[in-house]
Amino acid sequence: METQIIKFYQTGSFAVGNRLLDESQRSVQANMRRSNSLNSGHRACQGCGEALGARYAIDAAMQATSNQLIAVNATGCLEVFSTPYPETSWQLPWIHSLFGNAAAVATGVAAAMRVKGRQDVRVIAQGGDGGTTDIGFGCLSGMFERNDDVLYICYDNEGYMNTGVQRSSATPPAARTSTTAAIGEEPGNGFGQGKFVPAIAMAHEIPYVATASVAYLRDLEAKVHRAMSLRGARYLHIFVPCPLGWGAASEDTIRLARLVVETGLFPLFEAEHGEVTGRYQIRHRVPVEEYLRLQKRYSHLLGKRPAVATIARIQAMAERNIRRYGLLGEEA
Amino acid sequence: MDKLFAITLDVGSSLANKTGTWRTYRPVYVDRLPPCNNQCPAGENIQAWLYLAEEGRYEDAWRKIMEENPFPAIMGRVCYHTCESACNRGALDEAVGINGVERFLGDQAIKHEWRIEPGSPTGRRVLVVGAGPAGLSCAYHLARLGHAVTVLEGADKAGGMVRYSIPKYRMPREKLNQEIKRIADMGVEIRLSSPVSDLAAEMKKGRYDAAFVAVGAQLGRHLPLPSSGGVAVLDAVQILRDLEHEEAVPLRGRVIVYGGGNTAFDVARSAVRLGALESLVVYRRTREKMPAHRSEIREALEEGVTLRCLSTITEVGTGAVTIERMELDAKGRSQPTGEREMIPATTVVLALGQDTDLGLLTGVPGLRVENGLVQVDRNLATGATGIWAGGDIVPADRNATVAIGHGKKAARQIDAWLRGEVLRRPAKPELASADMMNTWYYSDAPRAIRPILEAVRRTSGFAEVVGDYDEGTALYEARRCMSCGNCFECDNCYGVCPDNAVIKLGPGERFEFNYDYCKGCGVCISECPCGAIRRVPEAI
Ligand SMILES: Cc1cc2nc3c(=O)[nH]c(=O)nc-3n(C[C@H](O)[C@H](O)[C@H](O)COP(=O)(O)OP(=O)(O)OC[C@H]3O[C@@H](n4cnc5c(N)ncnc54)[C@H](O)[C@@H]3O)c2cc1C
Ligand SMILES: Cc1ncc(C[n+]2csc(CCOP(=O)(O)OP(=O)(O)O)c2C)c(N)n1
Ligand code: SF4
Ligand code: SF4
Ligand SMILES: [Mg+2]
Repeated sequence: METQIIKFYQTGSFAVGNRLLDESQRSVQANMRRSNSLNSGHRACQGCGEALGARYAIDAAMQATSNQLIAVNATGCLEVFSTPYPETSWQLPWIHSLFGNAAAVATGVAAAMRVKGRQDVRVIAQGGDGGTTDIGFGCLSGMFERNDDVLYICYDNEGYMNTGVQRSSATPPAARTSTTAAIGEEPGNGFGQGKFVPAIAMAHEIPYVATASVAYLRDLEAKVHRAMSLRGARYLHIFVPCPLGWGAASEDTIRLARLVVETGLFPLFEAEHGEVTGRYQIRHRVPVEEYLRLQKRYSHLLGKRPAVATIARIQAMAERNIRRYGLLGEEA
Repeated sequence: MDKLFAITLDVGSSLANKTGTWRTYRPVYVDRLPPCNNQCPAGENIQAWLYLAEEGRYEDAWRKIMEENPFPAIMGRVCYHTCESACNRGALDEAVGINGVERFLGDQAIKHEWRIEPGSPTGRRVLVVGAGPAGLSCAYHLARLGHAVTVLEGADKAGGMVRYSIPKYRMPREKLNQEIKRIADMGVEIRLSSPVSDLAAEMKKGRYDAAFVAVGAQLGRHLPLPSSGGVAVLDAVQILRDLEHEEAVPLRGRVIVYGGGNTAFDVARSAVRLGALESLVVYRRTREKMPAHRSEIREALEEGVTLRCLSTITEVGTGAVTIERMELDAKGRSQPTGEREMIPATTVVLALGQDTDLGLLTGVPGLRVENGLVQVDRNLATGATGIWAGGDIVPADRNATVAIGHGKKAARQIDAWLRGEVLRRPAKPELASADMMNTWYYSDAPRAIRPILEAVRRTSGFAEVVGDYDEGTALYEARRCMSCGNCFECDNCYGVCPDNAVIKLGPGERFEFNYDYCKGCGVCISECPCGAIRRVPEAI
């Protein structure tokens, strides 16, 4: 049997940094000279997962491209809280056009760079789940099928947060939003609706598709790096809790982003040309209640008379993900 | 400036928007008290020295221990390490092997001959009576503070009960000698075979400014047992002392040890090593009630010691003793049943605890002795001006670690008193309890096992039973520490702030909050693995 010496570093790669690790092995976010692409002073709510996810992703992309990066932004919280004219928090060239056309605008920017012979300048398009899975979906699918040289990042907070927490096609079943009230036979958002865009992106067989969560920084950064090492259409779908829209405590943002993965409700994986090439294996498995309990948008399921059947359906969704993406390892 | 069509304002930065005004709570960095430190009777800053050891800075780690305790190689062997029972990691997988790392560091210091320098001379003279752990610890700390110390010791070697009671298979003498020698090398004068019979006279004669009395509890407790004289009835402490002097001890044939404390097991295990036919521990109450340590009982059983609980010795006959069975009453106390039995015996050893001999204190004005114990205040001062006392002769738990802690405390009090000051106790920081930790971030890591000598090899001699950690294991074990309540620079707060409101100050410098932009969301508090950030309400 071959043996290998594994060094033990107290927190392994779970924490942001680690003073016991060599500098080159630490995360971008641990670096004192990280670019802080999304700077202080932005108007996102306390504990906003989207603001955090955007800085994580764009800082990593900045590092991967030696700061030769342009970002195109769809309308949504990320645009509104960062750039109230004439101020901006962005510390890179940044373009905003419309709610639904970020992918198309980015295609145009990439084309312009090609014409100018600036292959070193890379392009990112980014938007919320509404701007991606709903109104911007046609432009996005077009960008994929043309294999345009753009990384599209969707910050998924499971609803139209900027306009007052309306349902999107990424809102999960049973969640209460301002358009899916917790009343009637099946309170909250219905089951059997919506879509999972990473799977649709994979169906386009583009070079790279990945999911990430703000609770798994090292994994997120590695995926941005992989994406930036490739050319063509790439898609990254990041899970970003929204304390305001979900009725969660602001300090629970990362906890929620962790629990959604450890329950199996949100699978972390990556795929190249339509084939899954990597998956995160659940470390501390937990039942879905632990995730649901922290959010008022699910409060109608818990309380004194818990909606046992509905919770079981949500648990079944988690099991399905675990099976489909092999989240408990091969033997499971 | 010429502006493009429809642009009327220059691009501004959001830094103009001080979002700190949104805050209702602010995060504040704190250092909380780790449960291990809180528990250590010698007041070691365990978390701090493990932090240094984690980086491989063994000498720095050792020096951190030496600020509180001059005996890491001894402690790493005989300390009952209650710190490990308090360790927060116990709730995650298993407690950190603190004691094993301490021993590793103590042995490193001996190997590399690391030394401690005495403080610059103050010209004050302090007398210490008794060279046990309490007295030597006090002498060490006084020497570091620059005082001239003389230790008067009645026996012909220093070390107290650690030498004269703890057998060699638990405490190899070369390590003991080295750690004591290091203190002597600091200029502490240890006068052996110099029993003190009159403290007041001794202080006057030597013109000492102050004294610390730590003469321990040397007298084995007796029990009047009806005896026909055919079986030798011996005293445990005397036997262990004879063993140290390499005198022949009559632990042969069928040895019965009466008592359930560590002393009983030290004798019983020594008997096995000396080739006794049988070594039986007889104890009045149940095995669960035995005051001896679980590891001590377990190792004894492995070596062939047998137990007989709920039993008392009622009579010592010829070639046998009479044992009475006890039973527990409703209140859980053991009561006699009248059922008796004779069992063969060659030697009976009484291990029923020790008493003090405080003759040297008679006539010291103001000094009070009650139930054989010197009465002291919380600073270990006796009622007599300039005289402190500690270790086994004052009311407290009787073990070497407590004694060492007493020595340190008394030294600091004596020093303050000599300078005409009153020592202020710093307020104890809040405890870093398990619920303040976010243990998700720690790598899964079971505890390393300390090598144990095989039972066969143990019973044939006095070789050390519990082995050392090698360097890799010690480092691994140190890195299992979660640094409860004290920042260990994992960068989590710096990373998870959605507002970049944490300033990283660089290696060893920790972090600062930028309250201009911190919105008070509390994510950093939740995600700090070790609970080093406190949530404080803003005055609004
Ligand atoms: C068998 C046994 C096993 C033990 N095992 C452990 C263990 O594993 N771990 C642990 O933490 N504790 C253990 N202990 C307890 C521990 O040894 C004592 O609590 C500790 O040694 C007390 O320290 P001390 O300095 O107060 O007294 P002592 O260690 O008793 O030292 C007192 C010193 O004073 C000297 N002295 C006495 N009278 C005079 C005088 N008139 N003039 C000058 N010198 C004098 C004595 O010779 C002695 O050297 C054990 C005790 C026994 C009996
Ligand atoms: C064509 C169009 N329709 C509606 C809007 C109003 N609008 C602005 S942002 C937004 C919702 C954004 O939701 P999402 O994309 O999920 O981003 P989030 O705010 O949740 O981050 C809407 C409906 C708009 N700007 N343009
Ligand atoms: S509404 Fe949600 S997504 Fe928008 S800024 Fe607030 S927390 Fe962030
Ligand atoms: S994990 Fe470390 S700091 Fe915490 S109690 Fe255990 S040894 Fe002490
Ligand atoms: Mg959204």
